[in-house]
Amino acid sequence: MPLTDSRKQLSGQCETSTGTIEYHLVVRRVLNFHEFNQIGTDIVQYCVFAFEQGFLAIFFVRRSQDVNITMSNINSERADESTIVAEVVAPARKSGSRYRDFFFVSVLLFGLLLIVPSLMSKRRIAPEPAFFGSTQQSEINQVAAEVDDLFDQSRIDRNLPVAGQVNDLHVARRLGLGLAGTIPSLEEIRTFEKLPAGNRIEWWTNRLLGDSRCHDHLAERFARAFVGVEDGEFFIYRRRKFVHWLAQQIAEERRYDSLVRELITGNGIWTDNPSVNFISKTIVEDEGPDPIALAGRTSRAFLGMRIDCLQCHDDFLGNVNLGSTDDPVGGTQQDFHALAAFFRQAKVNFAGIENDVSRGPYEYQLLDDEDESEIKPEFPFNRHLDQNEPLLRNRLANWITHPDNRPFARATVNRTWAIMTGRPLIQPVDDIPIDGPFPAAMERLVDDFIANKFELKRLIRIIAATKTLRIDSRADFEITKKHELAWSVFPMTRVRPDQAAASIGQAGLMSTMDQTSHILARLTQFEQKNDFVRRFGDPGEDEFEDRGETVTQRLLMLNGNMIAKQLSNDSTSTQFVAGFAPDAKTAVEVVFLCTLSRRPTAAERAQFEPEIEGKKRSQKKQAVLDLYWTLLNSAEFRWNH
Amino acid sequence: MDNPSCNSRSHFSRRTILKLAGLSGIGWLTPLAGQLARADEANPRKKARSLIVLWLAGAPSQLETFDPHPGTDIAAGSLAIKTKAPGVLIGDGFPRLADQMDSVSLIRAITSKEGDHERAVYNIKTGYRPDPTLNHPSIGSVICHQTMDGRDRIVSIPRHISILPGQWPGRGGYLGDRYDAFKVFDPQRQVPDVAARVDERRQGSRLKKLQFADKQFLQGRQNNKVVGDTLQHSNLDLALNMMSSEQLNAFDVSKSSIADRAKFGETPFGRSCLAAIQLITAGVRCVEITLNGWDTHANNHALQKGRIDILDPAFAAMIAELKKRELFDSTMVVCGGEFGRTPWVNPVGGRDHWPHGFSVAVAGGGIQGGRVIGETNPDPKRGSKNPTKDLKDPHTIADVHATILHGLGIDYGQELDTPIGRPMKVCEGQPILQLFERA
Repeated sequence: MPLTDSRKQLSGQCETSTGTIEYHLVVRRVLNFHEFNQIGTDIVQYCVFAFEQGFLAIFFVRRSQDVNITMSNINSERADESTIVAEVVAPARKSGSRYRDFFFVSVLLFGLLLIVPSLMSKRRIAPEPAFFGSTQQSEINQVAAEVDDLFDQSRIDRNLPVAGQVNDLHVARRLGLGLAGTIPSLEEIRTFEKLPAGNRIEWWTNRLLGDSRCHDHLAERFARAFVGVEDGEFFIYRRRKFVHWLAQQIAEERRYDSLVRELITGNGIWTDNPSVNFISKTIVEDEGPDPIALAGRTSRAFLGMRIDCLQCHDDFLGNVNLGSTDDPVGGTQQDFHALAAFFRQAKVNFAGIENDVSRGPYEYQLLDDEDESEIKPEFPFNRHLDQNEPLLRNRLANWITHPDNRPFARATVNRTWAIMTGRPLIQPVDDIPIDGPFPAAMERLVDDFIANKFELKRLIRIIAATKTLRIDSRADFEITKKHELAWSVFPMTRVRPDQAAASIGQAGLMSTMDQTSHILARLTQFEQKNDFVRRFGDPGEDEFEDRGETVTQRLLMLNGNMIAKQLSNDSTSTQFVAGFAPDAKTAVEVVFLCTLSRRPTAAERAQFEPEIEGKKRSQKKQAVLDLYWTLLNSAEFRWNH
Repeated sequence: MDNPSCNSRSHFSRRTILKLAGLSGIGWLTPLAGQLARADEANPRKKARSLIVLWLAGAPSQLETFDPHPGTDIAAGSLAIKTKAPGVLIGDGFPRLADQMDSVSLIRAITSKEGDHERAVYNIKTGYRPDPTLNHPSIGSVICHQTMDGRDRIVSIPRHISILPGQWPGRGGYLGDRYDAFKVFDPQRQVPDVAARVDERRQGSRLKKLQFADKQFLQGRQNNKVVGDTLQHSNLDLALNMMSSEQLNAFDVSKSSIADRAKFGETPFGRSCLAAIQLITAGVRCVEITLNGWDTHANNHALQKGRIDILDPAFAAMIAELKKRELFDSTMVVCGGEFGRTPWVNPVGGRDHWPHGFSVAVAGGGIQGGRVIGETNPDPKRGSKNPTKDLKDPHTIADVHATILHGLGIDYGQELDTPIGRPMKVCEGQPILQLFERA
């Protein structure tokens, strides 16, 4: 390696098609080979990006502003067939020395050698053309169109207008936040934009659904409904294992009804069989699994009904109707405990959770009774769907997941819709009246979900394909609650802390932060994200309800560690853009795409470009970092809109 | 003297309504009568204004702290000392606090049904057992929600603060995140997130850019009646105001004399106790300070002693300093953890979790000192199915909450609406009025 401890600058000349130029690479902080290697890697990272995105990458800049080294992807149609061409775009200056040319080229080659493994890995994003235009996708588009028609019809019936549609990139941001809990990376945006307009959302949905970020994100959302957010007692409950298991089930496209059946009926040790944590979480010392806690969870998570108040008293406020609109049946304390009685056979012993059919009946002292009395297991509604079964939990699971037990499918559709858009179709997400009224579009999704074997990913694909997901959050009419309820506009919701943290992390990188990222980078981000969420305040189980913004949260965004680190860390793209963007226009555009997933408007360009244009390097860098800070703190970044 | 509870007009009307309601026999039917009756109970003449919680995370052993039974089997060798309060003994690790015990009272037979740390912390911080359907607010959040006077309006730092926050600092629950405790660390360190990361000139330019960016976003959203207001009035001004507030100095103990700091102990907890007093002086309503490390499943005596050595000077100095600053009557101090520890020592010299009779110390804010409420059995039956049976005058955690709220003049029995309109009582307990009654 020609660069030694004493060499901190590389100067030379080289011949190019446009003439000979002089180059001067200042490697300011090189002290040893390791550091050089590090800087080389940084340059290479940038080259990788350029290679993948066809992005004009200036990876070093001369004294004179008009001399650039650019790399371009000559064939942008198919990423895997691309070739890197290093080309110097500059006015001719002097004739040069071959030795120095050689030296320059070797630096470049050294960098390219380093990136070979990256190029071989699955880092690169390639569209999966097989999916486009498939029968399944046409079917999905068909259902999505029907759902949209039903929304349209309902707005016409109510005489409500509808806002315009947003562009593809905007939808990509919504879907990224909804399905993976993060905004798309610049790398993803570049690939996305290379696709034909009609295929982009399909590709993006498909990519997200195949990505572990999405599985983890969805698993965490569902886990909140199934087991809450507390870590609980280590000896009887492993939340992390449970969430990981859920993520696996989602990745493997397990039928949702079968997954729920396993949660309710699971036996064994919670460490070996993570689904059992649903039951073991509720273990009460010396008593075993708590039927009351399980009944509360079951009704909310699987049936979308908050009947917990019936635990202590009959419903005297008319809040719980277990019948129909025409024939209302008020909920009673007996109803709740009859549901709890299905968990009576669950017990815990050295083998973990087991069924004990010999256990005595479930007993409870109802509000006005003087003594405990036996309460037989009984379903709160739809009793005709009972398939008699000696094992009570199996009987309960069969009833809950019965295709005719629509509250189960409704609860899932409502939650999935909320996960994807930030707002459920019926609020709160787990309190859906059994007798409706239900949005017709929701019922169409419920029909499809039931008819297609409770396939979660299909449901997600349909929602992603709707025009409803593309409705603007702005409108030329006054927006009130009723407009939001009718999806006349896309409802604005605050970005949750987990989404904000992941998005801040992603905005600092041009490549995608996913399972293929370097382990150290992932660990660092994991830690930063946890710190951020802790300080911000985790919204807990009721994460689809607006909890307001606090001063602490605002301070964290303004002055907190995570954003500050993104702006000061040399390995993040903020520094790359700040240091290497060829011109103000590119710099501003890249910062906007990295943070807000859109291009700047003319007004924004007019505002921000002059602050960068023609500035000295240090000033330019400062201006770019300030722009990053500004956009990360902006309302637009902090809201899902 | 301006004393709201004895204001003649309110006195008259409250009495009159109570009488009328009583005469007509319908008092029990009206929620108003309930409120008035509660307001008429032995209310302290002066209401407390603030609360300091000395949070002993991990659960202290009552036998080595506030409920010693020297000479018994369950003491397992632990000793006790006499205090300035006649007849009241506390663990022998508290010589300084013993000198202040005429100002401190003890509630010794508190019971709960939660023996798991996380659930019990929720229980004792909110007064409710964990409930999958609702997140209850912590006591500090309730206090901030229920109080807003002229002084609160000029406080530009958060009114609910958790110093050295453990895993589960006080949260706003259904009252909303804005009632969450603001978390700060050892007062030797800078208050997190309140200093701009760039110089003033650059910060100014950043904020100008931000204003421009937000204006762009707001354009076309002004007609949004659902979130328009929220967008227009974000917390940015409040945050910037706090960043430049002189009240931030209240977090800084470095300006206190070395002698003052030494009294509290040169520990993060000691410094935090001093900072808490400065914060209360600045108008903060509730400060929670965590001292970790009480979960002594092994080697109980030595580990508890290590914690007590930190707690004793800080607690004692806090009482003395509040008195010196004439804040003692307006500031209630509550010291305790999520539960107690087993009366029996396990084979590795530890004590395990025990929610069936544990202690909390209370002082100030109208609480009379030197009193002991409740009694635990010095010879409890091991393996008893009903371990709370032999407690005398036991109280629940909800009662402790009611006592605090009562001391602060807050209607502890009122119902608040949760976001879905479910009425929820602020507290289900009853205040321990003996603590307030003057001798």
